[in-house]
Amino acid sequence: MEHTNEERLKKEFQDMVKKNAPSSNFLKDCLAAFVVGGFICVIGQFVMNFFLGLGVPKEDVGYYVATIMVFLGAFLTGLGVYDNIGKFAGAGSIVPITGFSNSIVAPAMEFKREGFVFGVGAKMFVIAGPVLVYGISSSVIVGIIYYIINLFK
Amino acid sequence: MGEKRIGEQTIAFKNPPSIISTAAIAGPKEGEGPLRDYFDVVLEDDLFGEETWEKAESKMQKEAVRLALEKLKIDEKDIDYIFAGDLLNQLMASSLAVRDYKIPFFGLYGACSTLTESMSLASMAVDGGYADYVIASTSSHFCSAERQFRFPLEHGNQRPPTSQWTVTGAGAAVISSKGNGPYITHVTTGRVVDFGIKDANNMGAAMAPAAADTILRHFKDTGRTNKDYDLIITGDLGKVGMELTLEIVKKQGFDMSTNYSDCGIKVFDLTQQDVHSGGSGCGCSAIVFCGYLYKQIMEGNLNRILLISTGALLSPTSTMQGESIPGIAHAVAIERGV
Repeated sequence: MEHTNEERLKKEFQDMVKKNAPSSNFLKDCLAAFVVGGFICVIGQFVMNFFLGLGVPKEDVGYYVATIMVFLGAFLTGLGVYDNIGKFAGAGSIVPITGFSNSIVAPAMEFKREGFVFGVGAKMFVIAGPVLVYGISSSVIVGIIYYIINLFK
Repeated sequence: MGEKRIGEQTIAFKNPPSIISTAAIAGPKEGEGPLRDYFDVVLEDDLFGEETWEKAESKMQKEAVRLALEKLKIDEKDIDYIFAGDLLNQLMASSLAVRDYKIPFFGLYGACSTLTESMSLASMAVDGGYADYVIASTSSHFCSAERQFRFPLEHGNQRPPTSQWTVTGAGAAVISSKGNGPYITHVTTGRVVDFGIKDANNMGAAMAPAAADTILRHFKDTGRTNKDYDLIITGDLGKVGMELTLEIVKKQGFDMSTNYSDCGIKVFDLTQQDVHSGGSGCGCSAIVFCGYLYKQIMEGNLNRILLISTGALLSPTSTMQGESIPGIAHAVAIERGV
């Protein structure tokens, strides 16, 4: 009896929480993400056009762009600016490669105080680690599938 | 049954201990908030001259204890016990803070409920005749809490509107058998209450049932109601948790809407300071009580208050293992004169 009463109270409370919880401003957040994310991509495109203009071959230009964008993300994190951009833009600044850079540099800075081995070294990939593990793993799987398909061509 | 116990969870002290001194140290952001004039020290820099956030937090707690003692004409040798706690693993801030004091130490973890937990135990030690002077102290630091419970500071993420801002601050109170108040007359020790909230970004909701449970239990045990208090104030429920608590308590027939508040709401200006639902952390109720409320009682603006520090007893591990968040709340009734 006591038990079922408690379950009912829990249920009632969880409904109450759902009803009371203030929700994020969906439209504003999406717009901010769209504009900032788009702007980062425009910068990327600008960098790409710049290197293409210098005569970098089209198949190699991606490496150049990624290097510059990762540097920019890391640089702005180091200046303490990127977290403020992230607060405003949300996914808009997390999804591009600059956000990936931020997610590695931020823990590296944070855990420097625990030393370079067990601090920076061990904690650097605390956020980006899963992305790397599953990114690399899935690229290996895709590579194998690609190889097998090519065998039948 | 103990002779000083009333009801199921409450103690009514026979010789109510006095809170003879308090000190509050607040971080820079807290120092920009509405209670800025009530803090003994406002830090200019949240590293407080130290190399790490943890050491800064520890130094704040050490300084709070020193300041609370400095206001009295007693020496640290006269202190019988210190009950202290914080949010860090293995109570790093408190242990390092008391290292240089030669005072017997009880380390406590009650998450953000540690202030009233330590005050409760300190009062019991005093009223029980085991001590004459006891210190209760707690601290929290936004940056040390962030790195332990959430993300590195420079990580560019977004907080949901239900999230709260960990207060950078430390408070210490000296509780004694001697002195003329304000007195701690009752303590109601909370039970762990878990209504199945799993969202670590909505701790106000996770703690609200515990707060309501302790408040209602206190009313039942003492026969008092909300009308017997000038102020009923919870520790760090924030806007979201506060509304939920009001609603639960109201369902049981007590309308606290006129004299209920929350330290997490008091400490920041919610419209200006970008703290979403309000302040949180051990330091939240610590600096609001040791800074603001204590002075309000001393000046006679408040005569009788019920302070309920609230804690979310989650750990990063329990969250990752899919556990819901257990809440706890301890109430302390404080009165100007008895």
